[in-house]
Amino acid sequence: MRRVLLRVVLACALPAVLVTVWWVASAGSTDVYWPPLRTILTAFPDVWTADRLRGDVLPSVWRLAAGYALAAVAGVALGTLIGSHRRVRAVCEPVLEFLRAVPPPVLVPVIMLFAGIGDTMKVAVIASGCVWPVLLNTVEGVRAVDPVMAEAARSYGITGTARLRSLVLPSASPQIFTGLRQALSIGIILMVISEMFAASNGLGFTIVQFQRGFAIPDMWTGILLLGMLGVVLSVLFRLAERRVLGWYHGLRASARRSP
Amino acid sequence: MLDVRGLRKVYEGSGRRVEAVRDLTFTVDPGDLVCLVGPSGCGKTTLLKCMAGLLEPTGGEVLLEGRRVDGPPPGTAFVFQEYGRSLFPWMRVGENVELPLRQKDMSKAERRALVRDALESVGLADAAGAYPWQLSGGMQQRVAIARALAYEPRVLLMDEPFAAVDAQTRADLEDLVRGLWRQRGITILFVTHDIDEAVYLGERVIVLSASPTVVREQLTVDLPAERDQLHTRVDPRFAGLRTRVYEQIQAAKRGEVRDALTKSSTPPPR
Repeated sequence: MRRVLLRVVLACALPAVLVTVWWVASAGSTDVYWPPLRTILTAFPDVWTADRLRGDVLPSVWRLAAGYALAAVAGVALGTLIGSHRRVRAVCEPVLEFLRAVPPPVLVPVIMLFAGIGDTMKVAVIASGCVWPVLLNTVEGVRAVDPVMAEAARSYGITGTARLRSLVLPSASPQIFTGLRQALSIGIILMVISEMFAASNGLGFTIVQFQRGFAIPDMWTGILLLGMLGVVLSVLFRLAERRVLGWYHGLRASARRSP
Repeated sequence: MLDVRGLRKVYEGSGRRVEAVRDLTFTVDPGDLVCLVGPSGCGKTTLLKCMAGLLEPTGGEVLLEGRRVDGPPPGTAFVFQEYGRSLFPWMRVGENVELPLRQKDMSKAERRALVRDALESVGLADAAGAYPWQLSGGMQQRVAIARALAYEPRVLLMDEPFAAVDAQTRADLEDLVRGLWRQRGITILFVTHDIDEAVYLGERVIVLSASPTVVREQLTVDLPAERDQLHTRVDPRFAGLRTRVYEQIQAAKRGEVRDALTKSSTPPPR
């Protein structure tokens, strides 16, 4: 109990300090662009009403979830295919390196040409940016399957989908999760960016609207909300990871105890 | 049961050509417990993997019950030296043992019964819910043996399974293997570099030459079937056989070529 308490205190200490510094430093500010934190926090409940949460935040989160899920499924599926066949890998690798090097926001105008300016475009932008870290990490993870385990599976006649399900994917899962974690932050960035181009709702759209209308404290509340959304998503991610990769953390811990 | 005929294996890669196994011929009778022993690096593992259908021989063939082995045959189970890497760390012990059975056509209840029985016979009935990495090395190798047993093989191939466990655990595991062999009547081929282990465990010992490997000598171990660590190892007969195998291996290391006696099955004189 005391250790849990200590961890909570440690985790909250730096944010508390930063907020205090911001509060104190901005307290007497008359600069229009840097309103006092107090003004921002007072504006927060007025800006983010239930209506607005439903009308702007929910669509954003929905698009993020759809794009992210699409990228995760496609990335793992393609990554497994590429990682398990040397020939396929040899053909795909140069192209992958090129595509990965293209910054995803650049794709927004291009995707707009094909997918219009609706939800499809935004989901496509998010998916096209998130897919790379998942794909590349899956390829690496699948390639790194332990040869002894692979031989054990083979000697017991574990082949095909059973092999995929009980050997390849679990073995690659720590790497896949690394990719998914990177993809999550890319996804949030792209969610906002895609809404800045052509949108009629969403978090990114709202923040840009506030900025253009010189509602500066309101704009700041949007940025705060985005930050909080990021924190919540990363906590959820951590919980999911701990569930799925419990064996991996245990294995690592036991390897550290007896090298 | 198992026929190895003129087996040859050459590894080729990156401009180097290594002849690991030159010409091996021997047979293993049903229900036999044969130990293969040879100097380190003599291609024992290569041989065993060819027999398990995990490696394609360059020449010759392996026959299991008269049928040519060209892939892992269903009646064969393999126990690896690297216990830490042959069990799946993301599955609990019970799931690890059950996994190969899922490929077989049997009901859940049958699978459960086999898993329980196999874990009981290696003395790990209450470890089914643990992860392999929560167990000691010796226990992990017991799980690997249980996985092999649950598979109900007719032939069990063991590749230096106890090379990486401590001496006391090793003695326990040797007795376990001999006990299981006597209870279940499985044909066992046991590869080791440990001469004492080979003589203690085996009904027959096949001594291999240094690489490129040929059979150097085959010995029948005429020790009583009932063996134990305390008495068997001080039996003068044990010492005699041990010395014999030791001499052969030393000679093999020096690269001496043996005469026509090579393939006869002669126990040394008492």
